[in-house]
Amino acid sequence: MNIRITKYYYGDIPEDKAGGNGSAHTVAAKPTDWPLWEVFIRSKQGLDHKHVGSLHAADAQMAIENARDVYTRRMEGVSIWVVESKYIHASNPEEADSLYEPANDKVYRHPTFYELPDELKHM
Amino acid sequence: MDNRNFSDYILHLADNVLILGQRNSEWCGHGPVLEQDIAITNISLDLIGQARSLYQYAAELVGNGATEDTLAYLRDARQFKNCLLVEQPNGDWAHTITRQFLFSVYQRLLYTKLLQHSDSRLAAIAEKSLKEVTYHVRWSSEWVIRLGDGTAESNERMCKAVETLWPYTGELFLPSSYEAALGKEGLAVNVSSLQADWEQQVREIFSEATLPYPPSGIWMQRGGKEGIHTEHLGYILAEMQFMQRAYPGLEW
Amino acid sequence: MSIRELEQIFLDKIDREIKIEPKDWMPDQYRKTLIRQISQHAHSEVVGMLPEGNWITRAPTLKRKAILLAKVQDEAGHGLYLYSATETLGVTREQTINDLHSGKAKYSSIFNYPTLTWADIGAIGWLVDGAAILNQVMLCRTSYGPYARAMVRICKEESFHQRQGFEILLVMSKGSPEQRAMVQDAVNRWWWPSLMMFGPHDSESTHSEQSTKWKIKRMSNDELRQKFVDMIAEQVKFLNVTLPDPKLKWNEARKHYDFGEIDWEEFWNVVKGNGPCNKQRLDARRKAWEEGKWVREAATAYANKRAARMKQQVA
Repeated sequence: MNIRITKYYYGDIPEDKAGGNGSAHTVAAKPTDWPLWEVFIRSKQGLDHKHVGSLHAADAQMAIENARDVYTRRMEGVSIWVVESKYIHASNPEEADSLYEPANDKVYRHPTFYELPDELKHM
Repeated sequence: MDNRNFSDYILHLADNVLILGQRNSEWCGHGPVLEQDIAITNISLDLIGQARSLYQYAAELVGNGATEDTLAYLRDARQFKNCLLVEQPNGDWAHTITRQFLFSVYQRLLYTKLLQHSDSRLAAIAEKSLKEVTYHVRWSSEWVIRLGDGTAESNERMCKAVETLWPYTGELFLPSSYEAALGKEGLAVNVSSLQADWEQQVREIFSEATLPYPPSGIWMQRGGKEGIHTEHLGYILAEMQFMQRAYPGLEW
Repeated sequence: MSIRELEQIFLDKIDREIKIEPKDWMPDQYRKTLIRQISQHAHSEVVGMLPEGNWITRAPTLKRKAILLAKVQDEAGHGLYLYSATETLGVTREQTINDLHSGKAKYSSIFNYPTLTWADIGAIGWLVDGAAILNQVMLCRTSYGPYARAMVRICKEESFHQRQGFEILLVMSKGSPEQRAMVQDAVNRWWWPSLMMFGPHDSESTHSEQSTKWKIKRMSNDELRQKFVDMIAEQVKFLNVTLPDPKLKWNEARKHYDFGEIDWEEFWNVVKGNGPCNKQRLDARRKAWEEGKWVREAATAYANKRAARMKQQVA
């Protein structure tokens, strides 16, 4: 797939027509760059924490405060979790079939599997 | 109670937070990292919000068609009653953090006392603000520690900031004429009574930050609360009040 | 699996409107296009703070000051969400920012125009945010998951931005002759640059189908621009001012507004760095970054010290 993209979008100015210093190299991240954290917020008492995004912070304390400032500007949270992104382990998308398919046929795990008399309430 | 003294007192409280909020807002778009740009702007927003509540109350006390905006935009430097500390320039991040920390610790002690004020409106404003101020103390304390105990350069910058700003802290604990007059009737917090707690809290954080606590006997500047300011305030007002001065009496 | 098979899976997901996620296989060019587009979008948010930030300390009332401050702060947040989205593609924020500061990466050219009066703050909210929203609403459905989610969050928060801008102008348009003149002047200066925000004509681009096929972008530049003109041409009626285009006219047959041609020479010059404020904007960003260096270093040094101390305590 070797098609060159030359379509322009808002906020997407191609380098070839844009002038500037095209040869400038990106500088590798330095050890003083703050690490990346993933932020989870519980928006209401009793709900699960939900991933809302990420941010940079020098330490966990700062990450929580940054999360408060960045992700709860509109009072969206009652509890914040942060975890350094490098500690997140993710499943491999190619294994999705073997991880999730088997659960699909275990219908007996779902409450609607059981036929009960209508008169029986609250179960 | 003397109404003039009480409205001056409210104006003094309002001017403190407006001028500090205005100063902090200068950082917006220029912070050392995006997350902290957002953080300092949040504090600025809190302070401007507090100022609005206080000016709205002051406007009712002053009467004569005063509004929050006439009070903020149409008084000259001699009528502003903020303490000198809050009008000092942002300088580097160390100066801004130090100024915020020294003021927030004071503000928390002051507003905690104001919760008990017999004027329920003022007590309610203090209560709402105190939640915000508590966070400002926490945030700025952590930055004082981080910068004090960070690198040699950051420590040096913090020492310089403390040295520059320290002479403006004495005024916080010197009652102005209106505070003294109201104090007799129990209508203003006796600020000199806050000093010992303030010193202890600042000392604790400085010690954790490995910053030397300034020696006693340093000459303290004063006058802001009575309208005798540093030269900085005139420029702050020239900028802040530009629109209302250039186009008087219009809706925006 | 062969590249061909992986590519088939990828295209199949795109066809079925399944979002592409960071760990999924994706063509190199898709990744590169996204990195460039999202980072330029992020830079646009952050550089975009400067022209409006220019008026925070001079806002005419305390209410307007608070609103403007909150709005510019939102933009910092949006820049942050977008930088985070680029990080899921394997480039750090620092790398991305270095590309901005070196002049390699671009940002929306609109932010290279100066804000001269308070009415400009209204015009930016109404026209610039109005144009951005059209683009951003479309991007909520973009094929790359983290980008789409960032855009959903941004669109939710942006909803007040255009309104506050329009309201500024509305209040002024009912005010003094001076205020009305200020509104007209601001609209005159911001109208054409806003139209330029949508980029060159669709016909200008060869090989243009790829990003649409990949569903990164879901409407063409000219389609979005037309939508914008139709929207603004109606809204302007409430402001008692005119848009500075004698060719602007409702076309009953097309059911759209016709409008004049953009000055593309100006557009490319601003993109290349010859806009009125290109230098000031980049200088301001570089200055903030360089002056913040010791702060970032100190925080890292302190975090390391504290971690070491805690380790010692445990041992």
